[in-house]
Amino acid sequence: MSAPHNDSPPALVVDNLRKVYRNGVEALKGVSLTVQPGDFFALLGPNGAGKSTLIGILSSLVNASSGDARVFGRSVARERSEAMRLIGLVPQEINFNQFEKPFDICVNEAGFYGIPRKLAAERAEKYLKELRLWDKAFHQAREMSGGMKRRLMIARAMMNEPKLLILDEPTAGVDIEIRRSMWHFVSAINAAGTTVILTTHYLEEAESLCRNIAIIDHGTIIENTSMKRLLATLDVETFVLDLAEPPAELPSVAGIALRRVDERTLEAEMARKQDLNALFSALTERGITVHSMRTKTNRLEELFVRLVEQGRAPEREKAA
Amino acid sequence: MSSSTNLVALYTVARREIVRILRIWTQTLIPPVITMTLYFIIFGKLIGSRIGPIAGGFSYMQYIVPGLVMMSVINNSYMNISSSFYGAKFQRSVEEMLVAPMANWAILSGYVIGAVARALVVGALVLVVALFFTSLHVAHPLTALAAVLLGAVIFALAGFINAVFASKFDDIALVPTFVITPLTYLGGVFYSIDMLGEPWRAISHANPILYMVNAFRYGVLGISDVSVGWAFAVMLGFIAGLSIAALQLLRRGVGLRS
Repeated sequence: MSAPHNDSPPALVVDNLRKVYRNGVEALKGVSLTVQPGDFFALLGPNGAGKSTLIGILSSLVNASSGDARVFGRSVARERSEAMRLIGLVPQEINFNQFEKPFDICVNEAGFYGIPRKLAAERAEKYLKELRLWDKAFHQAREMSGGMKRRLMIARAMMNEPKLLILDEPTAGVDIEIRRSMWHFVSAINAAGTTVILTTHYLEEAESLCRNIAIIDHGTIIENTSMKRLLATLDVETFVLDLAEPPAELPSVAGIALRRVDERTLEAEMARKQDLNALFSALTERGITVHSMRTKTNRLEELFVRLVEQGRAPEREKAA
Repeated sequence: MSSSTNLVALYTVARREIVRILRIWTQTLIPPVITMTLYFIIFGKLIGSRIGPIAGGFSYMQYIVPGLVMMSVINNSYMNISSSFYGAKFQRSVEEMLVAPMANWAILSGYVIGAVARALVVGALVLVVALFFTSLHVAHPLTALAAVLLGAVIFALAGFINAVFASKFDDIALVPTFVITPLTYLGGVFYSIDMLGEPWRAISHANPILYMVNAFRYGVLGISDVSVGWAFAVMLGFIAGLSIAALQLLRRGVGLRS
């Protein structure tokens, strides 16, 4: 985690949060974490890990069984109104009235935060324009595409100009161009001082955008560190090589595991500290020409899978 | 959150509800007026013309007008809030309010204002239609207005509670079908309970709708089967009880928060 910026309270302090649902499922098992003001924080985890429950508690849609969360020093449990005033939420599921117009959805949202209608209308225009939705502002929301609906939820979350913006898988099912424009907008919001918490299954997004990260699985935080530090722990990388011609035989290079994927594709798994020159020298000696090369998976993805797998190993052993 | 910001939130909910009612006016305002027009034609004109003067010397048509106005007020108030709030739950747009810093009373009051607004508009339209069939001289206008307002608020609160507990659309149709409609028909809309023998007359006093219909009938015609003071006391009692229950449900997040 990064050091506190100044004397102001952290943007978020989650203190030993537990949630046991009525059906007995323990979704959170004493989760604690801190997010500093101005941070761009990734909260990652596999499906069912407890991310949505945690976000539900932060936004007061889910009641914690024990523990508390404080948003800029305001307790979600004891000072709900004050804490909610500081939060903007972009939920995972579309949750606006599809028969209303985007402009009305935004203006009404502001009204729920006590923002006068005139100011609300100005903000609605500003954010709908910034998110390129102004031409749809006075059409029914149900006429919009999936990507537009997701951008509308971001515009709506900005109506109270929150100090903490929580994005729960905001780019799910959104095409790459719109996704990039959304990240451009959110990055600008973050640069202007808004703290952002992001959950996503697109790990390359988290890697490129977030400075700090927590990984949650089975209701427990299994990693909570800076993105840089986490990525530095990755010691093995896999490269995919696209070849000009099918190779007669594969060279053997010390410390590099070469695998044939298909006729013209190889995979090379190697330690990160090892340089690539030895590999290319060996390939050149055999007359093998490499057309292009890419990393097999995103680095964060590789770490994520490894950490989750490690966390689940004792369970598998128990089951066996 | 300060009370002034809560008032903005309350205004927003109420305004949104009224805009919704006007946006779908062919579903919210016209059908009840058509239904009541049929009641006037069939019960008031065709059958009523063969019935002599009823309580207080009023024609049967004049007698049933207040009952039918109150019936449309009750039904529309209940249906408006139950379908709108359950619709918000179903689409999850209710979360917009639940994650906002607004107070529970602002959410409840906003929805109640919307339901009462629809009930009053429908009630007024039904009254206008009634004037095509009979003449009416409103005996106690303020009493009539108070009765219709309180009746609308009671059924708005009841509809809200129904929507909070509802987990599917069928659940918001059950209460009107099996509770409100029978109670309305047996609540003195079409007859005076003085026409009933015992024990049915005594049993009728347990029907809350009887008090609403008669309070309004007193306001319009100046006659009532029950004490008007007692009728208002019963209505205020219901409002207090239902308000406390609805706010308690919101506070606990029943059907809304996990």
